[in-house]
Amino acid sequence: MTRQIRYLSPTGVLGVGFSENHFRAALARDLAFIGCDAGSTDGGPANLGGNKPFFSRAAIKRDLRILVTGARSIQVPLLIGSCGGSGGNWNLNWVREIVLEIAQEEGLHFRIAVIESEPPRDMLLKKYREGKIRPLDPAPEISEDVLTGADHIVAMMGAEAYVAALEGGADVILAGRSTDAAIFAAIPVARGFPAGLCWHAAKIMECGGAAVVTMEKPEGMICTITDECFTLEPVSPTQQCSPLSVAAHALYETADPYRMLEPGGEMDLTQARYEAVSDRVVKVTGSQFRPMPYTVKLEGASLIGYRAMVLGGVRDPVILEQFDSWFEGLKDHIAENVEAVYGPSIRGQYQIHYKLYGKSGVMGDREPFPDRVGNEIGLLMVTLAKTQEVAYAIAGQAAHMVLHHSVPQWQGLLSNLAFPIAPHFWNLGEAYQFVLNHVVELDNPLELHPIRYEEA
Amino acid sequence: MPRLRDIAKLIRTKNAGPFQLTLDIMFPDAKSYEHVVASGVINKAAMAAFFKVDESKVRLFNYAPGNAIKVTVPRLVTSGDPADTDLFGGQQFGPLVDWEVPPINQ
Repeated sequence: MTRQIRYLSPTGVLGVGFSENHFRAALARDLAFIGCDAGSTDGGPANLGGNKPFFSRAAIKRDLRILVTGARSIQVPLLIGSCGGSGGNWNLNWVREIVLEIAQEEGLHFRIAVIESEPPRDMLLKKYREGKIRPLDPAPEISEDVLTGADHIVAMMGAEAYVAALEGGADVILAGRSTDAAIFAAIPVARGFPAGLCWHAAKIMECGGAAVVTMEKPEGMICTITDECFTLEPVSPTQQCSPLSVAAHALYETADPYRMLEPGGEMDLTQARYEAVSDRVVKVTGSQFRPMPYTVKLEGASLIGYRAMVLGGVRDPVILEQFDSWFEGLKDHIAENVEAVYGPSIRGQYQIHYKLYGKSGVMGDREPFPDRVGNEIGLLMVTLAKTQEVAYAIAGQAAHMVLHHSVPQWQGLLSNLAFPIAPHFWNLGEAYQFVLNHVVELDNPLELHPIRYEEA
Repeated sequence: MPRLRDIAKLIRTKNAGPFQLTLDIMFPDAKSYEHVVASGVINKAAMAAFFKVDESKVRLFNYAPGNAIKVTVPRLVTSGDPADTDLFGGQQFGPLVDWEVPPINQ
């Protein structure tokens, strides 16, 4: 029999859940390890900038309890990447504390490796001055101020950090920001299986059981890699992989379905072939991995101010018939009113972002049919200012201005906006912005990712 | 004229990271995929106009292994910015659903 390695990805993202019975059944399949991605930038920059986990503590703990007890029951490593959603140090420690709590509650003892991914800023500045931080396309302009001033900057680790942690005797690896695929490629690549197959499989496995024909609910996937191919099998007996479902997964959230950059190389799927092994198992061959200079991607988030909001609806047909002209007048009216309170120096120191639901709220300037308006328009106004107090005050003023803004055909005092919630304007807290889409060249793969160990 | 919704099995947009938006138009079989590719309805100029970006910034992939056409463009504003209208980028395909395509000859 040719040699092989098999592993399990129980779900697409830690905290979203999965069926415990399918997971337990998969533990009997001679697994080399269990991996799980916990990260995403989908929640926006506050996850990283403001230390906000992507899922609740209860949801993360539920999934982690099953994963930790399951992995320890068969004595295989458990690899969790991008802990807490952003993989920032605060989020990573948040997950670490949950794991320690589970270990205590379950009476388990094991060795944890914690791999941090927030490099010291002086290291990043040195790289920048050496010309080793390069923009991806598209990327915001940066300067040294961005590198020193961002609230958090993480570097997405590659496979090597996981391998080093295993060499250090880790049973459970809790990693900061990581490429999703590195979690799953690390061990197979280290064991010498073909890099193209390992990385391609990892890119599919990081989404758990998502590459199935119809995903009714999040479940896991089992991957088996040999020297010639990899195969994918959903853990749920009622789910199927087809050659098309697996091939199509290369489209999901990727910019290019054929080529994907990873630390140390690029996946090339142009020669990949997909074949059915059975009605639910698919075999893949031909995937390539081309080594390249070792770079890791940087993500950063900066505080840009504080927000408040107003939400209301307009139903008056007389306003809806002339909405654009009425609304332009209204925006001027709001600006005048804000300056009347704060003086002309407030100009340029605040923003109001308007979303007009029922008109162009979803697509904004891209909406090709902004004049198709139905029974009503939902108006969302989000203010941004340097302090929460000012953002809140401007939201309150803006709400009042909309309410009473004149309509040429009507005489007397108007009430133009239906507010569905009392009070009718609220604080939204800190606003953050993604400030980096860059890669940094490393001299060695572990340069930005220190590992420490502790016994649970 | 049939519309894209009559031929595709899924039309979706999603973030490809916080700085890019990607559109996938997926077809049920090779015949319908090849038909729409050959029709030229989904081309760089049309996509540049639809997404309001410069044509040089449009990346278009005909992805035969998945019977799919993929288009990736820069986001107009970064995901989660105050001016952003769609944090996950999940609803930016809407009007494409009703784009007309030539009928498939039986």
